[in-house]
Amino acid sequence: MSRTLERSAAQAPPAAVGRVPLLILIPAFGALAVLLLPLIGLFVRAPWSDLVEHLTSTGVTTALRLSLTTATISMVVCLILGTPLAWLLARVDFRGRQFVRALVTVPLVLPPVVGGIALLTTFGRAGVLGKPIYEAFGYQVTFTTTAVVIAQTFVALPFLVLAVEGALRSTDRRYDEVAASLGASRWWTFVRVTLPLAGPGIISGAVLAWARALGEFGATITFAGNFEGTTRTMPLEVYNTYQTDASGAIVVSLLLLAVSVGVLAALRERWISGVSA
Amino acid sequence: MSPAIRPSHSAGGSRLRRLAARVGGLGYPQWRWRPTRTVVAAAAAGTLALALTACGGDDDSSSGSTTLTVLAASSLTNAFNELEGTYEDQHSDVDVKLSYDSSSILAEQVTSGAPADVLATADPITMKTVTDAGDTDGQPTIFARNTMVIVTPSDNPAGIQNIGDLTDASVAVCVPEAPCGNATKQLLQLNNIDLKPATEEDNVSSVLTKVTSGEVDAGFVYVTDAQAAGSDVQTIQIPHSAEVVNDYPIAVIADSDHSGEAQDWIDLVMSQEGQDTLAKFGFQTVS
Repeated sequence: MSRTLERSAAQAPPAAVGRVPLLILIPAFGALAVLLLPLIGLFVRAPWSDLVEHLTSTGVTTALRLSLTTATISMVVCLILGTPLAWLLARVDFRGRQFVRALVTVPLVLPPVVGGIALLTTFGRAGVLGKPIYEAFGYQVTFTTTAVVIAQTFVALPFLVLAVEGALRSTDRRYDEVAASLGASRWWTFVRVTLPLAGPGIISGAVLAWARALGEFGATITFAGNFEGTTRTMPLEVYNTYQTDASGAIVVSLLLLAVSVGVLAALRERWISGVSA
Repeated sequence: MSPAIRPSHSAGGSRLRRLAARVGGLGYPQWRWRPTRTVVAAAAAGTLALALTACGGDDDSSSGSTTLTVLAASSLTNAFNELEGTYEDQHSDVDVKLSYDSSSILAEQVTSGAPADVLATADPITMKTVTDAGDTDGQPTIFARNTMVIVTPSDNPAGIQNIGDLTDASVAVCVPEAPCGNATKQLLQLNNIDLKPATEEDNVSSVLTKVTSGEVDAGFVYVTDAQAAGSDVQTIQIPHSAEVVNDYPIAVIADSDHSGEAQDWIDLVMSQEGQDTLAKFGFQTVS
């Protein structure tokens, strides 16, 4: 039976571009156009002659440094908090697991500005948790860089949890069992067996979370505010610059695009080759 | 691509089922449904029709009335909302659509070609970017004036009494690119205050919201905003505020399809009735 299948597979005609049906090609090119044309427009309209002047202005360099720092911190926080949650969802069958998984995806579908308002009503100075904290310690988290990290973590956490959960699900449990049968402790198994096996998935989840945190705008501007050096990240800098200087905004947009694409491309080659994200 | 395998008759008996099987491709076993070309073509045509109806122009409603699009600075919200009612009573076939935002954002939208008929900004600097780009019809007219005050939440948690108390408080201001931000900067200079704000908001309404929601101790807003907030805020006068006056210009946008109606709007704003409405909300009038 299997030999028949092998033979028919060998005799099947090789896939060639010319034989892909138009019904597939046309929408596919449409999708490519939707994705590429705006980026091409950005390149075409960029003021190449003023590029260096815009890129070296203090506003831009400050925003870039702030963005990179906060996005990286957010990614680390997501890793620390998200990996255990992903392990719970992937490996432990507990009551309400479906509900928890649905809850994790809420920030994915929630408009970011709504997320920002939600954070504000909870952690703002007049917020449910923020008010008692402010009255007890005099500490207000809004308008600080910490608030930026909180906002970015809120939106990026689902990406990491879902990616790591997927990776953990696809790793073979038998390796864990073999390690246990050879006398390894649960912690040792987790660190030396499970995590390395799920490694590529965890890394791609972390990169996705980093990229999402870098691009966060709505929650940041609503919850953390907008002040140079403290809370004005790159997307906020673009928005601010656009109000008076459209070409300057294009330059900053290109910078953000280059940073994001650069990191994604670089990491993809070295760390997650051979694994589809 | 080999066609989906379909038997020449469906497993059930009725003619309707057989017809559905042939058109819909419901073969045996039924759960492996593969759509025929007919179904795919119908779905594609339906989607395309739906998309085209969405793209269809919606500028004139079915009753044949005209839409007048007015872009105005956030501080004009209450005054222009009331004038909208007045205007529509006087011109029953015109529907006024108002859009409020920071003047600098609106000016940028107009120079980028946003389809609007009238632009009203909170200072001449933002309007100048539009006239310089040639996007207004003729010269703008100054129709109102506004000055700034400090507001605190109604319970004034930081106990702000005067502008000097602001240096230790968390304060919200407008971004310097916006008219309110520019005025704030001048006032701080005149009063020799070096202020590090907690946040710079895009428009003055956001500053007011930050104050009324209790997120900041104080904010720099217009007299009109303080008046609109009423008992939700405490107002503190700023020394030298009479020296920093924002003149509000209004202009018809070039290439507007409704320049007649647009000019009517400007005439209303400049009329006694319009000026009385503006004065009611705290603006200084020009006539």
